[in-house]
Amino acid sequence: MARTIGDVILAVDAISLSFGGVKALTDISFDVREHEIRAIIGPNGAGKSSMLNVINGVYTPQQGQVTLRGRTFSHMDPHEVALSGIARTFQSLALFKGMTVLDNIMSGRNLRMKSNLLLQALRVGPAEREENEHRRASERIIDFLEIQAYRKVPVGRLPYGLQKRVDLGRALAMEPSILLLDEPMAGMNTEEKQDMCRFILDVNDEFGTTIVLIEHDMGVVMDISDRVVVLDYGRKIGDGPPAEVRANEEVVRAYLGTSH
Amino acid sequence: MTSKNLPVTILLGLLAVGMFLPLAQAGTATGFWLEVLIGGLMAGVLYALVALGFVLIFKASGVFNFAQGAMVLFAALALARLAEWMPLWLAFVLAALIMVAFAWVVERLVLRKLVNQEGVTLLMATLGIAFFLDGFGQTIWGSDIYKIDLGISKEPLLALQSVFEGGILLNRDDILAAVIATLLVLALALFFQKTPTGRALRAVADDHQAAQSIGIPLSTIWVIVWSVAGFVALVAGMVWGGKLGVQFSLQEIALRALPVVILGGFTSVPGAIIGGLIIGVGEKMSEVFLAPILVKAFDLAGGGIENWFAYVLALVFLLVRPEGLFGEKHIDRV
Repeated sequence: MARTIGDVILAVDAISLSFGGVKALTDISFDVREHEIRAIIGPNGAGKSSMLNVINGVYTPQQGQVTLRGRTFSHMDPHEVALSGIARTFQSLALFKGMTVLDNIMSGRNLRMKSNLLLQALRVGPAEREENEHRRASERIIDFLEIQAYRKVPVGRLPYGLQKRVDLGRALAMEPSILLLDEPMAGMNTEEKQDMCRFILDVNDEFGTTIVLIEHDMGVVMDISDRVVVLDYGRKIGDGPPAEVRANEEVVRAYLGTSH
Repeated sequence: MTSKNLPVTILLGLLAVGMFLPLAQAGTATGFWLEVLIGGLMAGVLYALVALGFVLIFKASGVFNFAQGAMVLFAALALARLAEWMPLWLAFVLAALIMVAFAWVVERLVLRKLVNQEGVTLLMATLGIAFFLDGFGQTIWGSDIYKIDLGISKEPLLALQSVFEGGILLNRDDILAAVIATLLVLALALFFQKTPTGRALRAVADDHQAAQSIGIPLSTIWVIVWSVAGFVALVAGMVWGGKLGVQFSLQEIALRALPVVILGGFTSVPGAIIGGLIIGVGEKMSEVFLAPILVKAFDLAGGGIENWFAYVLALVFLLVRPEGLFGEKHIDRV
């Protein structure tokens, strides 16, 4: 399926965020177009995760706005964000450790469950049918991520790379239009990184999901992103297609002396 | 790992040995020992009921709800007074609805405003709720001792007469309490494990932020959890109240349940149940069998072990295994 990049679906405008006296983000603006893979990169401590948490509603910025599908917000509420079709994964795994892989992914269907508490408890009529539907949707995601063998395993027992996949699976279960990925490749070996890249590209390609991706591994990001924002010490120092960003002197300087 | 478990294993082993030791003692009738054991288990079930309320709320919101005991008293008062006007089942339904309304008010007026505050702040808030509920309960329902008539005869049941000489005596209301508690625990387990709402509750318990990111509304979850804890309090209040009468001292059983939670672990439902049973049995056994020995050996005035046994055991647990038997280990990230 050919992927055509559409209009701006999400934009942040002049966002500033500080914790006490520490400035995490200063005057950050960029936009995300529909169906694109948009990366936010930068050295450690550049403010990437803070940026994601502003979009996700975990942090409230002191200044600036977020515009989502033409509606402007000065503060995003996590529940509203989920309702409006934005899903996310976490840098440090935030899976429901005691639950199985299947239950974790099923929990991503939470917003789509309509039947009331009593019917759920009794598992009759529409509730039963609904549960089965969600089960099927979850199984599709499990197949897609190639984790069929671990369906009934509590996620806490899985190796790290697979937990990252389950985290992605839970987000995908929401059938989001925008997917925020917080360092999906952090701590992975080369093979795991390649797998994860393939999944990200497939999600983008097959479901047309817009992807906002945070990563400090510059190499990986340059290969899969359409456009890249570069942050350093909470400021934006570069924005554009990978080739352009790579040639940007300030970006090169920020990354010199770090691991990349 | 194993070396860390060793002190706990030794401790539990000692408790187990201590439990069976009286049997080896000359002059202890097996039937009497069994009676004490069963009495302990029954008391343990009741402790577990109250401990369950603590665990539910702590798991879902990280709040140590000091008001759990006051909720037991309030629910029991509501049930007892309403039952004077209507059949018990209807009073039970109404009292349950009152506890749901209470949960909603607590979420609206207290929890929502205090979200993300320090644990101590929330603890103080629940302490405030506890005192308010105590007084408010008296204002509405009165401060006498009220009866809840569960329709159980006070005549004890004689069992196993063919096995032991004289058989063993069982209280009917104890048996009923154990049955009710078991049913409640089973229902809760089904609710948590098999329904989407239960799944959402477990999700919130595991990770707040991730739960929010998939669109689970925390405020709704809190209302549900406090409602369930209120319902558990109602059942506990009904059973305890049926046994002892509904009176102010009922809220003190919350203090009895505190060591149970320390023993079982603040985040574990099975922990609350097993902790309750251990403490129930331990208390009774030590009071009946250990106290006379101590009194004789040290020429003491009396027993009273029942009053401190649970707390001493909890203290020892805090030293060797602060997270409790089944609790999650708390790992601080540096």
